[in-house]
Amino acid sequence: MATFLQQIINGIAQGSAYALIALGYTMVYGVLRLINFAHSDVYMFGAFMGYYTANNPWIKSTFGQSLTAAAVVMLIAMVLSAGLGILIERFAYRPNRSETRFTLAFWLGILGAAAGQLMSPGFFALTLGAAIGIAIGVVGEIAGLRPVRQDSRLSLLIIAIGVSLFLENGGQVAFGADPKFFPEIIQTAQWNVVGLKVDSQQVIVLGVSIILMVLLNLLVHYTRTGKAMRAVSYNLDAAKLMGINTDRIIALTFAVGSALAAAGGILVTLLYPKIEPLMGVMPGLKAFAAAVLGGIGNMTGAMLGGLILGIAEVMAVGYGQSTYRDAIAFIILVLILLVKPDGIMGKGPTEKV
Amino acid sequence: MSILSIRQCTKRFGGLVAVKDLNMALNPGDLYGLIGPNGAGKTTVFNLITGVYTPDEGAIELDGRAIQGRKPSTIAKQGMSRTFQNIRLFKSMTVLENVLASSHMHRKQGMFDAIVRTRPLKNEEAEIRTAGMELLKIFGLDKRAHELASNLPYGSQRRLEIVRALATKPKVLLLDEPAAGMNPQEAIDLMHLIQFCRDKFHLTILLVEHNMKVVMGVCEKIQVIDYGETIALGSPKEIRDDPRVIEAYLGGA
Amino acid sequence: MKKGIFWILALAILALLQSGLQGYIGAYYYQIVIFVGINIILAVSLNLINGTTGQFSIGHAGFYAVGAYTSASLLYYGEPTFRGWISFLPHSAQDVVLLLFGLLAAALAAGFAGLLVGIPSLRLRGDYLAIVTLGFGEIIRVLILNINAVGAARGFLGIPEFSNFFWVYLFALITVVVVHNLVNSSYGRAFISIRDDEIAAEAMGIDTTRFKVMSFVISSMFAGIAGGLFAHFTAFLSPNTFQFTTSFYLIIMIVVGGMGSIEGAILGAILITVILEAFREFGAFRFVNFAVLLVLVMLFRPQGIVGSWSLFRKAGAR
Repeated sequence: MATFLQQIINGIAQGSAYALIALGYTMVYGVLRLINFAHSDVYMFGAFMGYYTANNPWIKSTFGQSLTAAAVVMLIAMVLSAGLGILIERFAYRPNRSETRFTLAFWLGILGAAAGQLMSPGFFALTLGAAIGIAIGVVGEIAGLRPVRQDSRLSLLIIAIGVSLFLENGGQVAFGADPKFFPEIIQTAQWNVVGLKVDSQQVIVLGVSIILMVLLNLLVHYTRTGKAMRAVSYNLDAAKLMGINTDRIIALTFAVGSALAAAGGILVTLLYPKIEPLMGVMPGLKAFAAAVLGGIGNMTGAMLGGLILGIAEVMAVGYGQSTYRDAIAFIILVLILLVKPDGIMGKGPTEKV
Repeated sequence: MSILSIRQCTKRFGGLVAVKDLNMALNPGDLYGLIGPNGAGKTTVFNLITGVYTPDEGAIELDGRAIQGRKPSTIAKQGMSRTFQNIRLFKSMTVLENVLASSHMHRKQGMFDAIVRTRPLKNEEAEIRTAGMELLKIFGLDKRAHELASNLPYGSQRRLEIVRALATKPKVLLLDEPAAGMNPQEAIDLMHLIQFCRDKFHLTILLVEHNMKVVMGVCEKIQVIDYGETIALGSPKEIRDDPRVIEAYLGGA
Repeated sequence: MKKGIFWILALAILALLQSGLQGYIGAYYYQIVIFVGINIILAVSLNLINGTTGQFSIGHAGFYAVGAYTSASLLYYGEPTFRGWISFLPHSAQDVVLLLFGLLAAALAAGFAGLLVGIPSLRLRGDYLAIVTLGFGEIIRVLILNINAVGAARGFLGIPEFSNFFWVYLFALITVVVVHNLVNSSYGRAFISIRDDEIAAEAMGIDTTRFKVMSFVISSMFAGIAGGLFAHFTAFLSPNTFQFTTSFYLIIMIVVGGMGSIEGAILGAILITVILEAFREFGAFRFVNFAVLLVLVMLFRPQGIVGSWSLFRKAGAR
């Protein structure tokens, strides 16, 4: 019985992390009907930003090993990831549905930077390449090369796959493919609660997750912005007609979702300190399964789904075959889709004949 | 002996009873109209007949065989076809292809023949094409046979939907608000078209419609429903003068 | 008798190319040509279900895997026995029979998997269908990962090598012809009508579930054949080859080529395979550049290169 409860605790900790990532998936799906495959890589980005922040000498000396240090690291990671999310939304997803300037310049700039780096490694070549790319892009745009505004869900999906590939491989180039270890930014302790072992990290993970989810809930249900976000998720066109700046709301949704993913990334490193550029792939898919389990587009569902998945996974490993660990998420995913596709919290869509 | 009959049908959606103990009987060759104020349950009845919904109680029979709860494609194969309130043509196909698509269920040649392109298959394909073109010709659409269906003007699209339904060689044809969006002249043409279809193809036609001119002008029998129940049944003249019908539509002034 | 002439000519050309190709272009390019051929089979078959029938499936790698492992294990473990049965044939003829036998088994196994996956999944629409097929694809991969008899995570070594340019491109040709004939028949119209408007198709007497499953099974059978051809060429299989990323690449091929058309699928298969190979020279930036290029293509030419019918639906609509 003790082991069982112990596993539950482990599962809840794991599940909270999944829940945070799942929230990002569900929020973006809610406003754009897009499965943002790149989300898992923002999670990775967040973890790495946290890593570099935590290893920064100034940060180390100012905050040492403390709760404040952890908070600072997490905050910085969240802000940087929110920025990444906004960039992605603006230059990868938005051009498909509304007029976006400098799209060509942005991507050619990246290609230029890559080309520069390939030809002669170093900061100078990189910047020069980027500058040339941007210049060509601007010229091209003036000449009339604009993205096709076709609002196509399929193209959006492929673009998401492309961005994901870009971040994963870009991460390997920028951070190095070898795994790194997150430094200890907070002292660990272990407590004995009614005979069960509870790590301080687990408490932090759960605590921070709860705080973030409460804040998110406040945002979405008690602010005007939150109302706008909900309106956009119900009906984009109607929201536009009501005077809501849908582009801004969507950008905000991405920012919040990405920040949550980054938080999830940092929290997970408290439990498992190893980070590497592909660390987002599996957790991403699983968090996605969690979002579907809860009902894709539904935030409470994402939180529930994450918790259930976390517990289920820990149970499976603890009592069953560990090699099937990854399959648990997919089996749950398939089962829920076949039995109740709208998930635990979802309601069925109806089509008028 | 009725060709299409509904017996004591009830359909509930949660707490709402959309259709209650409904009866309907169409004889072969009838031009039958189903009317009623908005929300009366006409679309529900339509969907019950065509297999989109399954009745909670009661039975529906087509030509003596029970069809309640069966798949729409099964019902279509048994001889009932329909058009849609919001035109549902196959947008990426041409006019002719739309018609050919509904001929599929009458094919004898199987998939192997299709893949290997046997002589019998090619013959069958040619026959069906000829038949399709002839059908289009009757309705004046043959000149545009190879145009994309979505490029046709609205009135022609409605006509094409009827032709497509006819290509399934039905015994009973269901028309779902065929006059929607039509101006008075188009509506008159539609009335002639419906008469023509019934006569030439020996059909029974059931019509759901809001346009009273069309209903009164073309239907021989009319059933009026309100709140899922029948409130009147008879000839156009009888219905026009029926006080219950007037009250249902005008709210009893 | 135009059909007969076509096939005799095709066989002759393929045999001719087979005899000289590797010597002429070298082993490295030969391998790329082979992979292009296999990807053509995969892309054209995927296009049947995604493009023609409009059912968005991202699990193709799963059927590819089933076919590969079925043929590989059947011939790996059974080769001596089978050779014994047909010992009256000359050795090279035995090879042909064994390969065809393996491919048949691959097709049947993959088709059966397609049936098992298709029947419950094809009730779902749009995104849900995409996700469930993704899930099934991964489940298949994890299952294979746990079977020791086929090497599990270590990989399956020593698979007999029977396939080559001739066989890969013969089956690529067969795939294209079969799919083409099917699409241009009454069955094809049934598939397309399901894509265009499922409710109307059903009302016109087309049993949409049956046809969707049909399209799915045919599609997976060809994926299985591709798997078999792959297994007997590389002589080595690893579950990592069949991850969802492979399914993604196949989708990319048919979308970039132009979804809904066979030519688009072929073009996309050739283009993506070649580009990915060519980008090797970019070293660590290989996939970075590929990804940027992909995003650019999707932003500036979303209908693909051939650009015929496409599954364009508004992003904001439910």
